[in-house]
Amino acid sequence: MAMTDPSSSGRFGDFGGMFVPETLVPACQELDKAFREAWADEAFRAELHRLLTDYAGRPSPVTVCDNLSEELGCQVLLKREDLNHTGSHKINNVLGQALLAKRMGKTKLVAETGAGQHGVATATAAALFGMDCVVYMGTVDIERQKLNVFRMKLLGAEVRAAESGSQTLKDAVNEAMRHWVAVVESTHYCLGSVMGPHPYPWMVREFHRVIGDEARAQCQALLGGVPDVVVACVGGGSNAAGIFSGFADTDALLVGAEPAGGAAVGRAVPGIVHGSFSYLMQDEWGQVLEAESISAGLDYPGIGPEHAHLAAIGRARYEPVTDAEVIEAFQLLSRTEGIIPALESAHGLAWISRAREELAGKTVLLNLSGRGDKDVGQMMDILG
Amino acid sequence: MSGALESALRARRESGGKCLVPYLTGGLGDDWLETMQAVAAAGADAIEIGIPFSDPVMDGPTIQLANDRALEAGASPQSILDRVRGADIGVPTAVMTYGNIAYRMGWDRFANTLADAGVSGCILPDIPLEESGAWTAAADQAGIETVLLAAPTAPDERLPRICERSHGFVYAVGLLGITGVRAELADSAKVIAARVKHVTDKPVLVGVGVGTPSQAVEVSEVADGVVVGSAIVQRMLDGGGPEGVAELVAEFRAALDA
Ligand SMILES: Cc1ncc(COP(=O)(O)O)c(C=O)c1O
Repeated sequence: MAMTDPSSSGRFGDFGGMFVPETLVPACQELDKAFREAWADEAFRAELHRLLTDYAGRPSPVTVCDNLSEELGCQVLLKREDLNHTGSHKINNVLGQALLAKRMGKTKLVAETGAGQHGVATATAAALFGMDCVVYMGTVDIERQKLNVFRMKLLGAEVRAAESGSQTLKDAVNEAMRHWVAVVESTHYCLGSVMGPHPYPWMVREFHRVIGDEARAQCQALLGGVPDVVVACVGGGSNAAGIFSGFADTDALLVGAEPAGGAAVGRAVPGIVHGSFSYLMQDEWGQVLEAESISAGLDYPGIGPEHAHLAAIGRARYEPVTDAEVIEAFQLLSRTEGIIPALESAHGLAWISRAREELAGKTVLLNLSGRGDKDVGQMMDILG
Repeated sequence: MSGALESALRARRESGGKCLVPYLTGGLGDDWLETMQAVAAAGADAIEIGIPFSDPVMDGPTIQLANDRALEAGASPQSILDRVRGADIGVPTAVMTYGNIAYRMGWDRFANTLADAGVSGCILPDIPLEESGAWTAAADQAGIETVLLAAPTAPDERLPRICERSHGFVYAVGLLGITGVRAELADSAKVIAARVKHVTDKPVLVGVGVGTPSQAVEVSEVADGVVVGSAIVQRMLDGGGPEGVAELVAEFRAALDA
């Protein structure tokens, strides 16, 4: 079962759609049309490919981790999105969207960010393309990701605090949408994950498909086939969607690692927020609950609609991991392989480490979505 | 499908007047229901009852704060509608909330609960035309008038489709942006009112960015009336109580009648 295009109403199975205020409907429809045209245009693809290669440093390598494999009893391979320019997978999507925004005649970008990686990537693209950039970030995240706040400012972006609600990613999305409603004619909303209204979940997945396509070919060369298991962390689900899309039509097991305090799929209650119908952490009345995670980038109560669909049809599995397991995994990879992972990416390794008996003797490809530089300060406080 | 909401607004228009629909947050303070009754007596033609949602993306700081306070005080869709059911507010009402509140209860159950509480209409700002099918089927069945929004960004061909599917009135969004009081009426307010009036005979009310009696009068040169939200809710937040809020509504009424 491959990851196919959504229906004309933006549905993956039952999930997805375009649940936005009327003011934004024409903008989403226009974006859908523009993306379709651009994605079918060889020149657009060539330009994006050039940027991904010459500017972002793609292709990212796949590293076979001998020390870690020995410790865990399964063969672990890492798709090294941490080596991309700006330090995570987020740049793939942002370069695609910024190029598209330029093509649509938009001169400004607005974005939300959790860990700050998407904000940094958006600020980077804005600098490159000479666009204005506003990034909303929850007050709590501004505090725990200070380094990225400074990076964004250095890159010329304006960082605005989202002070409502839980003051994390969910609230940053609310503020970015409110901002967009007022400036929709000049501004492109550069959404950072496979969530939001159609066409975002689909478009963002397509911009990250390069992760899966590269990894598929790299695994073919390294393993002579596909890995048994493909693992990624899941906040909104963009790095997972990117790597899964390269293996959805194989019989590899696909596993998404969710933070236990933000396990939207684990609870499997459908709902509508931020533009799409998907699984959503909520109370009995439909009020959205606040996620809780050590990692700002996964601190989100929802999940992209395509993941809800993949879970519903049984094509992918979603597993909750605890903060304590993540802290362990963060140190494990640093110690065994000399690679300090982002706390988000450490969720994937935390699951592999926990499931090592089930995985014994298997080949496991983990999407290392980002590097841990941004998290070192936070971990210094935690580990003392 | 025409119901009590549309009838009341048409009656006002036919009598040569302009429609006034204040928005009040349900569950905000102990006296929100009395405040609605006082507002009805002060000259509102209908009342929008806000059911708070945790993530109101169409709302600015005033209504966000009202939402948060009501939720902290324990307001739920059920508790608000239970109180509305037992009360005689005096004018037709429409609930305004977000899609997930209705979806979570179940489209049918939510529509029936509204009807049972004596509510005439419903506005779900994040359920646009294309996504409205499941909800409007339930609402039509229960006799609930679904009010749709028409925004300045809509191309001409879209407006007739929105007006066709909207019941009660057509909610013309006065500006590009979220709810909140502005110093001046946006130029877009009269423009969208005129564009919508051009394609429908249903009452056309402008909301979002109408915060003072003079702004209400100005936009009603073109529109059939106004929805006033943040200005009213601010008065509730300031502790205006039934009298203070009714006083503000009376000012809007007097200005529109002058
Ligand atoms: C390194 C890294 N991985 C993963 C994520 C989570 O996003 P997604 O689930 O969309 O991949 C983030 C978000 O900030 C991130 O910075």
